[in-house]
Amino acid sequence: MAATPLLSVQNVKANYGPVEALRGVSLDVFPGEIVALIGANGAGKSTLLMTICGDPRASAGRVVYDGTDITNRPLHEMVRLGIAQSPEGRRIFPRMTVFENLQMGAFAGDPANFEADVERVFRLFPRLAERREQRAGTMSGGEQQMLAIGRALMSRPRLLLLDEPSLGLAPLLVAQIFATIKEINRGEGVTVLLVEQNAYHALRLAHRGYVLVNGSIRMSGPGAELLANPDIQKAYLAGGHH
Amino acid sequence: MGGERLSTALREALASAFVAFLLALPLVGFRLSETQQGIGIVTRFDWVAWGVACVFAGRLLMAYWRGSRADILGHLPAMPALPAVSGKAFVAIFLIFAVAMPFLPFSDRYLVEIAITVLIYVMLGWGLNIVVGLAGLLDLGYVAFYAVGAYTYALLAVNFELSFWLCLPLAGLLAALFGILLGFPVLRLRGDYLAIVTLGFGEMIRVVLLNWKDFSGGPNGITSIPRPSFFGLDFAREAEEGQTTFSAFFGLEYSPMHRIVFLYYLILVLALVTNFFTLRMRRLPVGRAWEALREDEIACRALGINPTNVKLSAFALGAMFGGFAGAFFATRQGFISPESFSFIESAVILAIVVLGGMGSQIGVVIAAAFLILVPEMLRDFSQYRMVMFGAAMVLIMLWRPQGLVAHRKPSARLEAGA
Repeated sequence: MAATPLLSVQNVKANYGPVEALRGVSLDVFPGEIVALIGANGAGKSTLLMTICGDPRASAGRVVYDGTDITNRPLHEMVRLGIAQSPEGRRIFPRMTVFENLQMGAFAGDPANFEADVERVFRLFPRLAERREQRAGTMSGGEQQMLAIGRALMSRPRLLLLDEPSLGLAPLLVAQIFATIKEINRGEGVTVLLVEQNAYHALRLAHRGYVLVNGSIRMSGPGAELLANPDIQKAYLAGGHH
Repeated sequence: MGGERLSTALREALASAFVAFLLALPLVGFRLSETQQGIGIVTRFDWVAWGVACVFAGRLLMAYWRGSRADILGHLPAMPALPAVSGKAFVAIFLIFAVAMPFLPFSDRYLVEIAITVLIYVMLGWGLNIVVGLAGLLDLGYVAFYAVGAYTYALLAVNFELSFWLCLPLAGLLAALFGILLGFPVLRLRGDYLAIVTLGFGEMIRVVLLNWKDFSGGPNGITSIPRPSFFGLDFAREAEEGQTTFSAFFGLEYSPMHRIVFLYYLILVLALVTNFFTLRMRRLPVGRAWEALREDEIACRALGINPTNVKLSAFALGAMFGGFAGAFFATRQGFISPESFSFIESAVILAIVVLGGMGSQIGVVIAAAFLILVPEMLRDFSQYRMVMFGAAMVLIMLWRPQGLVAHRKPSARLEAGA
């Protein structure tokens, strides 16, 4: 990985009022990688993703994407740069149909690509094709997660930010979602930054991982290496592999 | 099980009766009356007792219905069949009726006048539907744009003798400008906070119109606002110098109905334009963004939608139609004053949108007809009008809390085979 990183977070700090949520975090995501960011509840994982997207603002440090400083750019400009995100809690549009949700995902994209992109999402998630006219809010949690990822892909991103795609899903579905993320990365060449509490699945999937504790990076390394680390096993993998 | 339910029902009924007692005692129980010695107090505790008893019995009955779990719903005739007549057929029937209405045998001046009023509210409801129903921005001051439109036309027509057809677009434009003006400071607000600021804005416009005497005539309003002409033909009995009247031009006998029927068609067209425009917008990216914004603002931003532009466009377009309706109102009445633009108007328009089922176009028509016609029909019982109105609202909220037409039609479908 001698190449320049696609996304580089450099010593970023962020606060929620007086509370320091990020205490100088640095990480790199290289083109073609899946990078997992793991950590306990409240470690600042989601905050880091959101700070990359400019809300909350970084009080110090820089976020560099593809050689451009994008620190504190407004969230809605990210898509045009090629950064798509599936935000925490999925945030699909519940009263709209699956198809309309995908349409919204293509909002900033070139309309000429629309049909090809819909087909691509339906190929990755055949389940969504079956439910295309269904209201998104009436679908199961797993299907909603598929929709959230599919919607993010509609803008043809180079970098995909995923916040807890396994949240609240049955183990079988988690495996399925992670298999699809792998396909999006290997097959489609989309670089992925993944925030997860499910450390086992995330580290098995990722090329590299970072461990966030109390707002700073405690450990980093190749996914398999972190997975084998006794400290990590004790802290994040206790209770078995699921 | 049964005993437990009964005791719960009794407890709820007692609580309701107590609230009713607290309200009724000062409002109903005491009454000021003039006597020979001056002003005295008359007590009417029997009235209070009756009221409290009614509330107690009513609440108990409701609990009984609830308890049998068929809900009140089960005891009222099924209703959802309304829009299910198949949307298209319903719309077609409605349209044919609307176009033929002034010429139907039972139509008289009074009915057409009421129909005009209903259509004004339909148009206002459709306009506000863009802001509240589609974009999900709770606007309690919509009447301000109605007022801006009305005063724009009235002032331009009276002071500069501009024609209605020239003023109509100007009224819409100015109202849209005010919409943006309101939109800017409230961009970051949502829900209750937004509602309060828009409420204040609506009142501001009214108070300014009330007090700026030199500009707006203050509480006296503006009188003798010109009536619209039929492409230059006046609806007058006698033609002015060098002009022809509508009746003379078409060789008809003069009748005051001509102007009323013309006004009816004018507002019908204006309302339909509003509707058509909104339906069209829903299929365009901006319109879809309105709906997405109502659902989830953060998701919208993550997808590259700039919420500022989306909100401002909703405010501006909603306000524009309010402005058109205002100009029409001014030309129809011939007289306007700030009294016509009080908060209660905003409340009625909002009630039409909410009752119709947020975002539903047909729902707005049904709700507007209901909210305007029912008080009209109850004119003979005008003393009890508010009581009946309130009861009707409570029933609707029990019956269809999501509004009359709650089903949202998707704005796009995938073509088969794709």
